[in-house]
Amino acid sequence: MELQQQQHHIKLSEESLQKQTTTLNLGPTHPATHGVFQNIMEIDGERVMETVPTIGYIHRAFEKIAERRPYYQITTLTDRLNYCSAPINNMGWHMTIEKLLKLTLPKRVEYFRVILMELARIADHLVCNSVIAVDTGALTPFTYVFQWREKIYEIFEEVCGSRLTTNMGRVGGFERNFSAAFYAKLKDFMEKFPAIMEEFESLLNRNRIFMDRCIGAGPISAERALNYSFTGPNLRASGVDYDVRVAQPYSSYEDFDFKIPVGTTGDVYDRFMVRNGEIWESMSIIRQAIEKIEKIEQADPSQKEVFYAKEADKYHIPAKQDVYTKMEALIWHFKMIMGEIDAPAGEVYHAVEGGNGEVGYYLISDGGRTPYRLHFRRPCFIYYQAYPEIVAGGLLSDAVITLSSLNVIAGELDA
Amino acid sequence: MNNEILKQHLEEKFGEQLTEWEEQYGLLTFRAPADMNLKVLQYLYEDRGFTFLTDLTGIHYPTRKDEELCVVYHLHNLVANIRLRFKVHVPVEKPDVFTATKVFSGANWMERETYDFFGINFVGHPNLIRILNVDEMDYFPMRKEYKMEDPTRRDKDDEMFGR
Repeated sequence: MELQQQQHHIKLSEESLQKQTTTLNLGPTHPATHGVFQNIMEIDGERVMETVPTIGYIHRAFEKIAERRPYYQITTLTDRLNYCSAPINNMGWHMTIEKLLKLTLPKRVEYFRVILMELARIADHLVCNSVIAVDTGALTPFTYVFQWREKIYEIFEEVCGSRLTTNMGRVGGFERNFSAAFYAKLKDFMEKFPAIMEEFESLLNRNRIFMDRCIGAGPISAERALNYSFTGPNLRASGVDYDVRVAQPYSSYEDFDFKIPVGTTGDVYDRFMVRNGEIWESMSIIRQAIEKIEKIEQADPSQKEVFYAKEADKYHIPAKQDVYTKMEALIWHFKMIMGEIDAPAGEVYHAVEGGNGEVGYYLISDGGRTPYRLHFRRPCFIYYQAYPEIVAGGLLSDAVITLSSLNVIAGELDA
Repeated sequence: MNNEILKQHLEEKFGEQLTEWEEQYGLLTFRAPADMNLKVLQYLYEDRGFTFLTDLTGIHYPTRKDEELCVVYHLHNLVANIRLRFKVHVPVEKPDVFTATKVFSGANWMERETYDFFGINFVGHPNLIRILNVDEMDYFPMRKEYKMEDPTRRDKDDEMFGR
């Protein structure tokens, strides 16, 4: 022992030399964490005894920034929460303001929102599920489905011009109508993706190695999950069928017929299967939405031009060609960009079902151009605190796949 | 169960102590005295089935004397599918509120976040330290006295726009 100490010029404390367990520093930049967070683990051989998570590495003070920004500029902040499914956050924020303004949207707009939100959910779940496979040692499914995540992003590009941080839609609807390329890409995706998803499932779902690795790893009971305020797929994997889309429908989700997949034990495998099930349900919802939109357009062809609520005119940036030719439109454009549009005073909480659970917006407006206070309920932040409890007593390798199956997104964690 | 029945139950139990009843956008809201927050939480949890803490956060109202800081609880009864919001106000000099961690494990980080940004002292919290900001920080950034931008900047002087 003395020799060793001299060689390395390290003086360890007496306690540390006597201790039988090892302190392991996992993160902040560890390939297995898929994001910037640190876990200081006390391990006994391969068993995790204790975990101390440290977060806040990418904290950007969004809630403070939001207090200085006009309402429409806050959409870009919501992109950066859960950046794997940014459209859901964008729509959730628009719906919060619409709730504050007591706006009702045309059905066509709501169905398009549903399509885009469900596409975002598929993209989010694809990332999570394929990354579980990567952490169990199977890289192929990941590279395989990422091509299809890219196709979803191409659809987003046709709607709003960007892929990851989308800033999609406006208060009251969308910024422009949908292009032919959008329909073509959506149709292509809807036709080809089911076969890809089936293949992805056949690679993993009943794969003996994958099952042995995932079943029983990182479980959480329904009682504990509820007590920890879990939402989304992680709660449903424990067997609680709470889904905001069904419990408090928004954007006309009540018009759709879909199932809520649930698990039983809340382990990694259940979370994986719940997400897979949700991808299929999302596909069915999109199919139904496309049918409903077609029906609306057939019944009344003038609906084809409806892409935002007329009552929301005051909160909607006018079309560019109008801005250049019409005085009124130019004034409104200027007022909007300068953020001179006030919202009524009020207090509103609105929740949407994000990729990871209930994304809530608690907005207090004092009648001014910016929120008085805006709080984001970020599901990741809330359920990640259960991580030490979930992994305690399990293997270190299980802790790694538990982290990826919880789908902890650093952007949502730190806000 | 609906908002009216819930309000009746709460008024029967706590009487005049709950004030500022509101129902904005269909969400029942009320205010409780700061030292009663745990009693209200426990009653709602055990007798009224509000077993799910949706959200916990703070608000700063610098102009309200002796009740500058506010803690907001959003609770959810998953069985009856009804939400509820209640607030407690505390003075900024002595921002003590009882912790909800004994009832909800999920309140742990939410309270740490509220402490981190507003400086609300959750009495009885097992580990009340900063969570998102650096440990060395010596102020609470979400309070209104901390302005977003440097007030000495002249290039952003925008009194032309009526602000």
